[in-house]
Amino acid sequence: MAIEILMPALSPTMEAGTLAKWLVAEGDKVNSGDILAEIETDKATMEFEAVDEGIIGKLLIAEGTANVAVNSAIAVLLDEGESLSYAASPAPVASAAAQTASEPTTAAQAPITVQVVEHDLPVGTAFKSLTVREAIREAMSEEMRSDETVYLMGEEVAEYQGAYKISQGMLDEFGPKRVIDTPITEHGFAGIAVGAAFGGLKPVVEFMTFNFAMQAMDHIINSAAKTLYMSGGQMGAPMVFRGPNGAAARVGAQHSQDYAAWYAHVPGLKVVMPYSADDAKGLLKSAIRDPNPVIFLENEILYGQSFQVPDLPDYTVPLGKARIWREGNDITLVSFGIGMKYALETADQLAEMGVSAEVIDLRCLRPLDTDTVVNSVKKTNRCVTIEEGFPVCSIGSHISSVLMHEAFDYLDGPVITCTGKDVPMPYAANLEKLALVTTAEVMTAAKSVLYR
Amino acid sequence: MVAKRASKANIAKDNLLHYYREMLLIRRFEEKAGQLYGMGLIGGFCHLYIGQEAVVVGLEAAAEKGDKRVTSYRDHGHMLACGMEANGVMAELTGRSGGYSKGKGGSMHMFSKEKHFYGGHGIVGAQVPIGAGLAFADKYLGNGRVTFAYFGDGAANQGQVYETFNMAALWDLPVVFVIENNQYAMGTSQQRSTSSAEIYERGRAFGIPGEAVDGMDVLAVKAAGETAVAHCRSGNGPYILEIKTYRYRGHSMSDPAKYRTREEVQKIREEKDAIEHVRDLLLTGKHCTEEDLKAIDKDIKAVVNESAEFAKQSPEPALDELWTDIYAQAEA
Repeated sequence: MAIEILMPALSPTMEAGTLAKWLVAEGDKVNSGDILAEIETDKATMEFEAVDEGIIGKLLIAEGTANVAVNSAIAVLLDEGESLSYAASPAPVASAAAQTASEPTTAAQAPITVQVVEHDLPVGTAFKSLTVREAIREAMSEEMRSDETVYLMGEEVAEYQGAYKISQGMLDEFGPKRVIDTPITEHGFAGIAVGAAFGGLKPVVEFMTFNFAMQAMDHIINSAAKTLYMSGGQMGAPMVFRGPNGAAARVGAQHSQDYAAWYAHVPGLKVVMPYSADDAKGLLKSAIRDPNPVIFLENEILYGQSFQVPDLPDYTVPLGKARIWREGNDITLVSFGIGMKYALETADQLAEMGVSAEVIDLRCLRPLDTDTVVNSVKKTNRCVTIEEGFPVCSIGSHISSVLMHEAFDYLDGPVITCTGKDVPMPYAANLEKLALVTTAEVMTAAKSVLYR
Repeated sequence: MVAKRASKANIAKDNLLHYYREMLLIRRFEEKAGQLYGMGLIGGFCHLYIGQEAVVVGLEAAAEKGDKRVTSYRDHGHMLACGMEANGVMAELTGRSGGYSKGKGGSMHMFSKEKHFYGGHGIVGAQVPIGAGLAFADKYLGNGRVTFAYFGDGAANQGQVYETFNMAALWDLPVVFVIENNQYAMGTSQQRSTSSAEIYERGRAFGIPGEAVDGMDVLAVKAAGETAVAHCRSGNGPYILEIKTYRYRGHSMSDPAKYRTREEVQKIREEKDAIEHVRDLLLTGKHCTEEDLKAIDKDIKAVVNESAEFAKQSPEPALDELWTDIYAQAEA
């Protein structure tokens, strides 16, 4: 019986990958455990092993093909003596599978009708398409080129080339003195980085995920955030703690939490949570230059998404300023990070109903640009907030409180906070979906405050 | 093994007088702080250093200009020993604007960039990776400096200490880990809290050399400090000094001292006191007279009294200080 060998999923968020290299040829005999191919995922290049034994009857995908969808057939394995009657059908190699594979990614990005307001750029600025991952790497590399005291430390940032490939190539450019692999000891290396910041360096600490930063919390809060105050202004910790935050996909309760509200609670920290690649780049450059400890919350699912980024030698975005993605008059949608995806999708759907939504990306949660939100709500008289974190003491509940104080008389409906559910993240696919905030929920909230 | 007391020979008179003066300053300062605490002028926690004076005075004698130090909340002695002003320290204890942190840090949180004193940390063990981080910066900048990271026998059971030992050894950081073993982790004796009798030996697991030192002998501390500093400064990585000392007072001012006997404390005071030791050396070596020492005592008393007066007179911080120093402003 011929067996189809399928494109494997090699990371929690992988939907498609590149078939980098075949290590077997048609007619080769393979045993289980033999390496069949090298597959490049969104995180790394990995070897793919045979599970069954047999003869490689046909390679269906040419090596070098990008965007091969997970679960699509990439080769046919035959029993000994079996002929290749199967091979007749999927003849033309590369493209067919690749086309279908690329759909989910483009589909996810396409409908967002970006109408960028507030870009303060020189006339004639060119744009280039960058993924969020590339934007973060560019920001770090540019700052490291211009300032010797900036260095990167974290788990797998150097020789592994980054657990999420953020720091890919940086070891080659900057060497092991400035791109430093740490042991898996967050408490210790976060403390060492704080000491290094006291001592005159500007560390960028990568947490493999902010879930692991829980072990480093004491140094982030007690050592980094409070020292400037406790020392009467004599010394502080100019540094960045960055890494993916929030849910990825199917990684369970201990790897899926959004810590935005936790860090935003603490005076002495600045907290940034970008959505787009241009903001990720511009804000990270500002964060590295900032003389305070900055928490920079990224999102694994956004890493691979592309956005237009100004092609400037030194593009920065100031911390503490919200961004209006769409102007509108009927309702204000306030979000940040991956929540912006739901906010923008909701705005599209509302537009189809003839409702004009103003969409605000907070980008920075501390300092929080409440003026932009309050001014918007004074115009629209309605507000829905969207985030993936837990509902109790969320960013949304703080925004809601600010609006009570500063725009009470302007509100024509309650402020509704759309959040993740008040449960630890479940593993089962259906329950995980249920635990996260959805565009449908945001639509329901928006319609209810619009009384429609 | 505790190192032998240093020989009395060839010790310059000036050095001994300096150590005597420095240790006495710390003791008198701390006694005054205890008194002001009793009067309600100092609030919150106040951890006195009385009994442990030879540790910081001996190690400061081994340090060079520009070397760094970081410690826990029992920090008054470290600050005085590295040259910070008694007035500024005492005024911080009373929470006044003339304090090193303008009254916003308190007993446990003082800093001096000028004297390379990096705190003053209130979370047990947290100063250990911070100290290694200071050393990391020095190595990165190639400036030849060494950092002293002080911590107690209690902190020596913290996980982050061993995470730090590992990285300091891996990266050859120029840091002296100074375990001030005063035998009590708050109120729990070393025997009841710590699995090893010789804590410095734990460094062996990481390839970090170390030694135990008689912390009641300032000359022994200085000698061990010089060995440690030379090791670190010549690029050999970290070094551990376990300095066996003793705290005469409670863990903090509110310590009921039920965990040890009055006799135990008294015995050490009488037989091992570090200040008496130097005093004996000075007198038996005929380096100075009782009268000379009395004059020093008088000077110190004046410095301490002045600091107490300053700390009482210095105004409380202005109310708008509540909102300053939360964020540093970027340089233009």
